Amino acid sequence: MRLKLVPDNTNFDFFGYAKITFGLSVVAVVLSLLAWAVIGLNFGIDFRGGTTLRTESAQPVDVGAYRDALAPLELGDVVISEVFDPGFRDDQHVAMIRVQAQEGQEAATTDTVQAIQAALQEVAPGIKFTSVESVGPKVSGELIQTAFLAVGGALAAILIYIWLRFEWQFSVGAVVALFHDVVLTIGLFSILQIRFDLPVVAAILTIIGYSINDTVVIFDRLRENLRKYKKRPLREVMNLSTNETLSRTLMTSGTTLLALIALLVLGGDVIRAFVFAITWGVIVGTYSSVYVAKNVVLFLGVKRDWSKPDAGAGTQFANIDA
Amino acid sequence: MLQIDLWKRIVIVLTCLAGLWLALPNAFYTPVEQHNDAVAAIEVQGSTPELEAQRALWPEWMPSGLVNLGLDLRGGAHLLAEVQLADVYESRMEAQWPEVRDALRSLTPVRREEAPAGELRVRLNDPDKMAEALQITRDLARPVTTVTGAGGSDINVSGANGTISITLSDAEKQATDERTMQQSLEIVRRRIDEVGTREPTIQRQGADRILIQVPGIGSAAELKAIIGTTAQLTFNPVVNRGSNENDNPGIGNAILPAADEEGVFYTVETAPVVTGEQLVDAQPSFDQNGAPAVSFRFDTNGARKFGDYTAENIGAPFAIVLDDEVISAPTIQSHIPGGSGIITGRFSVEESTNLAVLLRAGALPAGLSFVEERTIGPELGQDSIDAGKIATIVAFAAVLFFMWASYGLFGIFANVALIINVGLIFGLLSLIGATLTLPGIAGIVLTVGMAVDANVLIFERIREELRNAKGPARAISLGYERALTAILDANITTFIVAVILFAVGSGPVRGFAVTLGLGIMTSVFTAYFVTRLLVVLWFERRRPKTIEV
Repeated sequence: MRLKLVPDNTNFDFFGYAKITFGLSVVAVVLSLLAWAVIGLNFGIDFRGGTTLRTESAQPVDVGAYRDALAPLELGDVVISEVFDPGFRDDQHVAMIRVQAQEGQEAATTDTVQAIQAALQEVAPGIKFTSVESVGPKVSGELIQTAFLAVGGALAAILIYIWLRFEWQFSVGAVVALFHDVVLTIGLFSILQIRFDLPVVAAILTIIGYSINDTVVIFDRLRENLRKYKKRPLREVMNLSTNETLSRTLMTSGTTLLALIALLVLGGDVIRAFVFAITWGVIVGTYSSVYVAKNVVLFLGVKRDWSKPDAGAGTQFANIDA
Repeated sequence: MLQIDLWKRIVIVLTCLAGLWLALPNAFYTPVEQHNDAVAAIEVQGSTPELEAQRALWPEWMPSGLVNLGLDLRGGAHLLAEVQLADVYESRMEAQWPEVRDALRSLTPVRREEAPAGELRVRLNDPDKMAEALQITRDLARPVTTVTGAGGSDINVSGANGTISITLSDAEKQATDERTMQQSLEIVRRRIDEVGTREPTIQRQGADRILIQVPGIGSAAELKAIIGTTAQLTFNPVVNRGSNENDNPGIGNAILPAADEEGVFYTVETAPVVTGEQLVDAQPSFDQNGAPAVSFRFDTNGARKFGDYTAENIGAPFAIVLDDEVISAPTIQSHIPGGSGIITGRFSVEESTNLAVLLRAGALPAGLSFVEERTIGPELGQDSIDAGKIATIVAFAAVLFFMWASYGLFGIFANVALIINVGLIFGLLSLIGATLTLPGIAGIVLTVGMAVDANVLIFERIREELRNAKGPARAISLGYERALTAILDANITTFIVAVILFAVGSGPVRGFAVTLGLGIMTSVFTAYFVTRLLVVLWFERRRPKTIEV
């Protein structure tokens, strides 16, 4: 007996609730943007500068004592948080300490770091510093810039590629769906106040890559069916294409999620935020390929007669079916 | 119909074997690493029995390329240093001053005036001789030696109200910046090599930055102690000795603190007699009282200047200045013709050794400021490797099971392809000497999840074709054919993202982009060609009347 996520011939009406699902997406995007504007992202040192120390000790972490020990150093904003992970040994107690960028210093000086380490050694003898990272405000400013450039560049590149291979309506639909995924991810990170660092930007780019993958597969089938059923209404053809690819969509999301959940649980806390972002992105990405990208194409309408060559740009690339 | 040419079969099989062959050393990481280290050591210092034994840990005829582990997995220090390029403009102007003074001497006496950094202002005693003075000064200019700045001269000279102002021209600044970066890179490299850690990464980044990554070093602070010192050594004439650092030193002079005596300051002329650049050797040694010292030797040019100066200034003190601190200020006892000497100070043996290393490697032409630094402890790296291994194995097993449960025999074909795929990723990573980082491991896990996508597309398509009542051979061949456009479009878009990630990312993120990009290429190959070969081989043998996918 085979495992089947989806019965053989499905006939769900994906567009029956188009208004509701699309409305929900719009609301979610607006809420995410609001959360981003009001609560803001919990930027890590990559984007705001400062120093983080990761400590490891045999005794349980006493955040209050750590804070008191660091108070006389007058470092400004200090955030101390304990880290939990199922992979830790019983005598492994880990904390992350983040110190704001110090006035007039690019990266933290050796003196500052040594003062912090000495102060903590007083309250927690035998404490080890398994990583110390320091980023100057100048670099962090540039990193924000490159992060925005990267996300923008990826969206633009995909817009152009899909436009060359399909039609402009498809490429708008795909990019709107990607934008939806990116904004929802940023919104979730704002609401949950998870540390937003450079790897999370990499995760967002990966989400873009994954989500477009999903969208393209459905578009590909749609293009094929549009050639096959020239007379049927667009809505019906889209519904058919979605049903035909549903099994594949869920299979691929399923295997990817399986791998990601293994990494999320067992991969250690260092990359958890990164993996969490990708996992979330795979879920919203799968949703958006079905409900956002195609709704946009449906609203925009699409040329139906594929037999004649299109006068518009791009079609000469549309036939590179190797 | 359902067939593959013999030569294609051979190419597919050979590609897989080559990839797995290259990946093989990674399965025996520690012995291969020791073997590689031993080979490198034998090349440098000759053979010893221990090294030979280590070399024998891995046979010569096997490939020995390994995937480098990134700093976040191995532990080590990462520094991003910004070179203070403007420092050089200033020292260029310092060097220009004696030249201008001597050139104008016969015309009219001149005085140096206060000026912003990077500019030299010279006041003429006789303002009426401005035109001639400008001409003489302009004649000091040298042509700029760059491709773009060809024809330009290295300094801009202008005069007004009896004062001549000299600055570096823009073309010369550009050429100087380029030279400064080259030298800084070279000197940082030499200093790190002198200390002898392995596989450091020293790269230029952008216009004025240097990225330095040294695996295995204890902390960024240690690394900074080695490369952060400018080690700018100069010998300057002493004007006087005092105890107030806020005195007005006078134009062209500077007040510098003594390194070994608290509260003692020397007023010295800023234009040096000789500089550390003219040193040919420096060694740790001991002075006549047995205290640690550094002995040095000048090149011929430096020796002549030093000899002339000492001959003319017997009885006067001169200062040995290292990075704006006076190490010692001995009085010149006699003419020193040979061009060698000894620096004494209150050194420990370690300090004198370190100073000799720094002087030998040469001074940095400009100061470095550190804008980013990261230290990752080896324990944390090991924890990450362990966690990554377990996660990868579990993810792998889950996906294999899922595919088998969903597609049966075809699922097993896909699984074989998946295993070969991971082998190929490691083979390629070893071949190009790429660095595996923690996000890179995540990239591999993600690839494992996504790589089956192509097979899912194909198998779903075969199922559909079977439902349309096509014979098994026809259904399989159509399934592969019709799924191809979707596979290509989907993977090309993801590949575009990987390229962008590689272009803008750095460090760990770049490692992720590399594994993601390679993973896309290998997974398309294995999922399409390898499974197809397996399916065809199976089909030729069995000739089934019906198939179930």
